[in-house]
Amino acid sequence: MSDIPVPRAATEESRIVRLVLILLAVGGLAILVAAPLIAVFAQALSDGGRAAVASLAQPDAWEAIRLTLIVAAVSVPVNAIFGIAAAWAITKFDFPGKTVLITLIDLPFSVSPVVAGLCFVLLFGSHSLLGSWLIGNGYPIVFALPGIILATVFVTFPFVARELIPVMIEQGRAEEEAALTLGASGWRVLRTVTLPNIRWALLYGVLLCNARAMGEFGAVAVVSGKIRGETATMPITIEMMYNEYLSVAAFSMAALLALLALVTLAIKSLLEWRYADQLAATRRH
Amino acid sequence: MHIQIDEIAKTFGATTALHPLALNLPSGALVALLGPSGSGKTTLLRILGGLEFPTSGRVLFDGVDATGLTVQERRAGFVFQSYALFRHMTVFENIAYGLRARPRRTRPEAAEITRRVTKLLDLIQLPDIGQRYPSQLSGGQRQRVALARALAIEPRMLLLDEPFGALDARVRKELRQGLREIHDTTGLTTVFVTHDQDEAMELADLVVVMSMGRIEQVGRPQDIRAAPATAFVREFISA
Repeated sequence: MSDIPVPRAATEESRIVRLVLILLAVGGLAILVAAPLIAVFAQALSDGGRAAVASLAQPDAWEAIRLTLIVAAVSVPVNAIFGIAAAWAITKFDFPGKTVLITLIDLPFSVSPVVAGLCFVLLFGSHSLLGSWLIGNGYPIVFALPGIILATVFVTFPFVARELIPVMIEQGRAEEEAALTLGASGWRVLRTVTLPNIRWALLYGVLLCNARAMGEFGAVAVVSGKIRGETATMPITIEMMYNEYLSVAAFSMAALLALLALVTLAIKSLLEWRYADQLAATRRH
Repeated sequence: MHIQIDEIAKTFGATTALHPLALNLPSGALVALLGPSGSGKTTLLRILGGLEFPTSGRVLFDGVDATGLTVQERRAGFVFQSYALFRHMTVFENIAYGLRARPRRTRPEAAEITRRVTKLLDLIQLPDIGQRYPSQLSGGQRQRVALARALAIEPRMLLLDEPFGALDARVRKELRQGLREIHDTTGLTTVFVTHDQDEAMELADLVVVMSMGRIEQVGRPQDIRAAPATAFVREFISA
């Protein structure tokens, strides 16, 4: 009796290879993602849930949460609008300096956030001409809310544009052109054709941008001056508490920050599940 | 509508897409712009539709200079090569788009829009697909929906860019006939771009053979066949 090999698709790997790959993926995720997350929540709740909540209710902690939410609420819409504008310009038009613009959009990814923060301090700090003039007129930028927002906008600058550009390149200009030939104004084309076509990419970009805006540490640490209860955002407050051995307070806030990220992920999954048919219909023509 | 092209030229940076060319398209004609890729036929079609603007020269519609008219003002029914249907809208919404985009005082009422879309769906012989999305249609159906959408705005002319390019041979034959019938019913001056000489010769009243941004010959199919003006035309139509 001869052995008949089990037929197997050309792209299918042998059982042992599949097993190794799955173990690698699961093991990696467990060690790198699941374990730290569990550790954070375990530490936060080590003195019980009441202690964790009480630590978050402290005025300084409360101020940090409020500040982080304000910063995200300003920088995410700003970058959403900017990202749409930049992606639109890059994908729908040809103009001189286009490659320069693409490079500039990527700049925040390649520059260390600390360096970015320092640039803002140099530009708007009390030693610069512009900075001292602004301070003299009662509009301090550095060590104040505007500086934190500026630094956050800078760092989260590429997320929306980077998410939109490939989608808009793939979709091309034909649908917009079709709408124009049908008599639609430019504004109407944007509203009824362009934005609906990019809404999923836009949503992903906004969620990523939001996660980073709430979690940004380096650039904000430099421009904020880390004034407790005034310019200390959540990540900075976490670091300060941790350095002061307030581990329950530090980990409670860390858990809250992680929770905010998990909520955005959950919203994204929920939307994907709810609109699965629409996603499938619009993704391919 | 009678279309005159008066010494139109187009350059993109250093490359010349169209050398100055003149052309007369009589009202109600079904015209084929025939040529290989890179011959400038699509550029010429886009200039007629107002999607590109010529570097020099004029376009006249019924004797009136239309060179400066915007794409919206041209009122050209344009069918794109890959149809460019709005993928997030149903077929009904696609066809209604142009009517709904009109300014309020010329916009038909909802009931009238429904009536017109229904009529167009009947015209393209797909009465039951109004609620479907483009991704749920076959290539031939998409092409016909694109045609209906272009006709919905009551265009002054019909412009089609490789309308049968992405379809298999049998569907092409069917749709050629369909386009001929729609042209004869509406009486619109119709210009379509093609690289397929069979398609041009079989369907068009007037064939414009183009190469390298120049017009090689203009004539009725039988005249071009009988007397090719240049070596290029002879070779191209016998291919």
